[in-house]
Amino acid sequence: MSMLPPPDSGAMPLGVGETWRRLHPLSPIVRFGRVVIGVLVIAVPSIAEQPALHRDDGFPVSAAIYAGILILGGLGGFVSWLVTRWRIADGNLQIETGFIRRQSLRIPLARIQAVDVISPLSGRLLGLAEVRVVSAGRGAEHGRLAYLTAAQAPVVRARLLALAHGLEVSTPEPVALPLLHVQNGLLLPALLMRSQVLAPVLIAIAAVAAIAAAPVLGAGALGSAGTVLVVSALGVARAFNEDFDFAISEAGDGVRLDRGLLQRRHETIPYGRIQAVRVVEPLFWRAFGWARLEVDVARQSVSRESDRDAQQVARTLIPIASRDQALWLLARVLPDAHPNPPPDAGPPSRARWKAPLSFHFLAAWFGQRYVYARTGRVQRSTIIVPLVKVQSVRLKSGPLQRAFRIATVDVDTAGRRWQASARCRDDSEAVEMVRHISERARLSRRVPPPLPAAPAAVPAAG
Amino acid sequence: MSVVTGPIIGAGELKRLSPRFWLARQTELAIFWGPVFIATLVVALLVHVSTADLLPVVVALIAGVAWLVERGRYRAWGYAEREDDLIVTRGLMFRHVSVVPYGRMQFIDVTAGPIDRALGLATVQLHTAAAATDARIPGLIRPDADALRDRLALVGEAKATGL
Repeated sequence: MSMLPPPDSGAMPLGVGETWRRLHPLSPIVRFGRVVIGVLVIAVPSIAEQPALHRDDGFPVSAAIYAGILILGGLGGFVSWLVTRWRIADGNLQIETGFIRRQSLRIPLARIQAVDVISPLSGRLLGLAEVRVVSAGRGAEHGRLAYLTAAQAPVVRARLLALAHGLEVSTPEPVALPLLHVQNGLLLPALLMRSQVLAPVLIAIAAVAAIAAAPVLGAGALGSAGTVLVVSALGVARAFNEDFDFAISEAGDGVRLDRGLLQRRHETIPYGRIQAVRVVEPLFWRAFGWARLEVDVARQSVSRESDRDAQQVARTLIPIASRDQALWLLARVLPDAHPNPPPDAGPPSRARWKAPLSFHFLAAWFGQRYVYARTGRVQRSTIIVPLVKVQSVRLKSGPLQRAFRIATVDVDTAGRRWQASARCRDDSEAVEMVRHISERARLSRRVPPPLPAAPAAVPAAG
Repeated sequence: MSVVTGPIIGAGELKRLSPRFWLARQTELAIFWGPVFIATLVVALLVHVSTADLLPVVVALIAGVAWLVERGRYRAWGYAEREDDLIVTRGLMFRHVSVVPYGRMQFIDVTAGPIDRALGLATVQLHTAAAATDARIPGLIRPDADALRDRLALVGEAKATGL
């Protein structure tokens, strides 16, 4: 079931000498394939519509221009491929690229956060795959090897991981043990059951019912609900495409994720690099006892639009599972983590005035190894931060909060997506939390936590 | 103030900012409110409408409130170097207390604006891998700032931990 190829030691398609090598010669075709399709989409209708301008020999001028663009683009891609080379040497992944502006990258393997193998649809057709190295501080944009052959990519990944763990280069990737597999038949209903989809559907139904009574108002509501529904449907389609055939397996060094319909992704998340885990339970999922798990891995802020892929560093650990399965999986990646709040984890009742909506599920507590913070009324989400990963602890209290004698405690990690935010704590308790969390974080940095134990039986779904 | 920070650290442990920082903030206030006040005064003298006479008074009142707020903020600043972490407190309306372990520091910035430079002041800012960390200590006398930076860099290196 695991999508990983068997770690073969013989006949490695990669030399051990670690000399400079080029990417696959077909790389430019895959990389610029989308551009070509884009140009064609614009070009073909415009050529068909404007047959007025022709050269003497009858060849349309606009077609010549588009052909010129494509040839230049193709040439550029070829040159880019020609001047790009990479190797693994001295504990670094080294990439040299650029024709006019030479760029030489050294990515220290000890700092690697994760290594992914990504096969886009066009790459799969040509038997190519991309190896993407996510390192702290620069996102995924820079450490890209696009593309290698589908056989090479896992070998390169195994090497990068071996070096990242300080092992011999030729150490094969540890054998992955399948943990959970998401049924595609469950994924789609689960995605449709999210409140982003159900809320506009309910509004649309209400609007249809209301049209008889108040035609203008009903029609308006129907229209806006329809618009929202289209956007949500696109979101569902994308999520379905991304999380299709989702399988999570576990190797000695971390978890492996295999997912995707058109574009297959094989991701690794080393245990030590998990900054925070979030248990998400949307409103309608709670009726079925479903939950979703997400992890946050260290990264720097990403501002550029082109780094959209890098922003996905907060990853889905499991898109849909029964709550029992989700908690079991949580305990696999963060041993002894129990996201069920103790009875005294809630805020003082006077905080109801400050946070009337979120008060119901608001809770924060901490144990020997983790800080937990639960929030959300419609979508209940519990963030679990290992104390070892705490970067700083902050206490905040605004004028309104002081009026209610409450304060907020923020626990920051190197992950960018979330921080554990203990809102609306009694102010003296907040001070105690800051003191204890920073003290326990200090102690846990001294004693590294043990690696997770051997996997136990997977609980049954439902 | 001490109600919030008191139990985290003793009030006596908290180091305060240099009075020169207060001077720098007052200079900034004067640079902004001085010309505004003079302008409204000129208007009040030139325009013979009774409401115009109120303008300089209103501006003076607002400037006075700004001065009080600024003084409160100046007094709220404080920091303490403890054995394993640095504590920074700030804010009058929105009070903040940040605890940053030395081992988590990624780099340290020392910056100084024009007024700060003229008064020999500098700001020391700590950066961790978390973007939300906001440990900034303004208004340190330049040699103090450099010494603090060097001390922090030293303990940071000694206690450094990975991500």
